[in-house]
Amino acid sequence: MYVAVKGGERAIDNAHRWLEDERRGDRKVTDLSVDQIKTQLSLSIAKVMAEGSLFDPELASLAIKQARGDLIEAIFLIRAYRTTLPRFGVGQPINTDKMIAKRRISATFKDLPGGQLLGPTFDYTHRLLDFKLLADGSIDEFEPGKDTEQMFQHVTQFLNNEGIIETEETSSSEAESPDLTRQPLEIPANRALRLQALTRSDEGFLLGMAYSTQRGFGRNHPFVGELRIGLISVEFEIPEIGFNIEIAEIEISECETVNQFLGSKTHPPKFTRGYGFVFGQSERKAISMALVDRALRWKELGEVSDGAPAQDEEFVLYHGDNIQATGFVEHIKLPHYVDFQAELELIRKIRKTAFEAKKG
Amino acid sequence: MSNSEEDFNFAYLDEQTKRMIRRALIKAICIPGYQVPFASREMPMPYGWGTGGVQVTAACLQETDVLKVIDQGSDDTTNAVSIRKFFERVAGVKTTENTGKASVIQTRHRIPEQVLSEDQILVYQVPIPEPLRFLEPRETETRVMHALEEYGLMHVKLYEDISINGEISTAYAYPVKVNDRYIMDPSPTPKFDNPKMNFCPAIQLFGAGREQRIYAVPPYTKVISLDFEDYPFEASRAEKTCEICGATNTYLDEVVIDDKGTRMFSCSDSDYCNSQKS
Ligand SMILES: [Zn+2]
Repeated sequence: MYVAVKGGERAIDNAHRWLEDERRGDRKVTDLSVDQIKTQLSLSIAKVMAEGSLFDPELASLAIKQARGDLIEAIFLIRAYRTTLPRFGVGQPINTDKMIAKRRISATFKDLPGGQLLGPTFDYTHRLLDFKLLADGSIDEFEPGKDTEQMFQHVTQFLNNEGIIETEETSSSEAESPDLTRQPLEIPANRALRLQALTRSDEGFLLGMAYSTQRGFGRNHPFVGELRIGLISVEFEIPEIGFNIEIAEIEISECETVNQFLGSKTHPPKFTRGYGFVFGQSERKAISMALVDRALRWKELGEVSDGAPAQDEEFVLYHGDNIQATGFVEHIKLPHYVDFQAELELIRKIRKTAFEAKKG
Repeated sequence: MSNSEEDFNFAYLDEQTKRMIRRALIKAICIPGYQVPFASREMPMPYGWGTGGVQVTAACLQETDVLKVIDQGSDDTTNAVSIRKFFERVAGVKTTENTGKASVIQTRHRIPEQVLSEDQILVYQVPIPEPLRFLEPRETETRVMHALEEYGLMHVKLYEDISINGEISTAYAYPVKVNDRYIMDPSPTPKFDNPKMNFCPAIQLFGAGREQRIYAVPPYTKVISLDFEDYPFEASRAEKTCEICGATNTYLDEVVIDDKGTRMFSCSDSDYCNSQKS
């Protein structure tokens, strides 16, 4: 006796209740607070803010809690919220020269004005599990020195002065800096649009792409000219009052790579640049982004493409968004039985014809 | 403006976004079968789960509309339930399972069996809007092919199918030509449904959210499934009878009903099946 597949609605309701129960977990353990996430999981928050394209540590923390720590799910929550917000204008260009950096390093110069500032980095930690953290060990407070309260000139500026690195062209109009979240992505994209797409691309995707260039798939000989992390202010011009006001102070990571360039028919030999800019402390992604940015620039620099994946604008820009990717990859778990039925009928028919031909 | 849920505008999207989508829809209606790029928004459901269809429906809905949502032909499949609940919540519109009573029908993978009327809008959820995509992965290339009406690649593919398998081996998302101009993907409906698109009295709208494309077939427009004179298109179905309502002309689901693999066949369109029973 066939029982019609009814009850989808009740099944969904129950799934939601079960999910909530599992999210909360063992009730004997204290509920995780959004404040705890905000202050102690700041690198997760950085990822959610960067890939969600919304700088709001509080909402990012809430999303991480609601998503049970699944960061792509959290990014999705932030994106779905962000899209409901009105866009009330374009901020002033951010000047990272004015950053109050907590970390600033250069791999191209041993020393330089302002010096190298390591900041709170994992770099030289030995990756040994710290079992003290299993117990509630208290941690001494750290007071950073005066070094951290200064602004640093950009390292590439020293190369600029010598004319040995390409100068960046700044885009001045809105047409030159389109908004990826308000217009459909169309290829070819200009660099501003590419950088927008890269900064909200999945960190893992960019990491893999960047790594592939280092292994020869579109090699671009990078040095980390400078990596800096710190606070910068965001300003917005209010037309009614006619001047800029500071609307936020945000933490960002910026990476400028200096890349070898032997020259081409159109450009004399000089160093070229790759650029990475990401919300929060996300230096792995900032470096990856700079490498991929440089790889994508082959056409405008008059280079010959190797045909490598990281040099392929359409490939990189269409496949780096983890919210698009996760939705489409996972949608194949939705019912497809109508299509499967059509395939079944077709395969049966073709097989029948083939068997008959064999017999005949 | 907002009604059922204070935090959201009617039908979730803000009015500016709806205007942007409506402009794309009007353009799509004016150029039947042409894929219009639009600034698809992130929706509170995943890409690939109907975000394009949901945005098109949201842009079409008015407070007096009656909405029906189906997936695989049925109103009770989980994703159809989820999308219907979404619109009940954010638009507060009436919903129905009755095809004849709906003014807007959002669908995934099927066209209802009942002939649609001039007062109705059929909104399709589309995963990959480009019919040439699996022959040419680059969007930059396929857009040029459409512009030049350069469809040789598609005909070669269909020809190769016949030479290898003795017939065109596309069972769903079977390509159509609209208004003698654009080759269009009908969305992953079984090819059984293709003839229903031809000179359909209802407006047919297609939304692909992730791919940021909208396209349309206006009422009473010629929609022809691609074929060859000596291998004419055939709208195939399982050669069985619905074991619930006895219909012999509907698209059927094949259901495994015991561990021995016994099959039973019943209408995929659950509303149609119910109406035939009584
Ligand atoms: Zn039936």
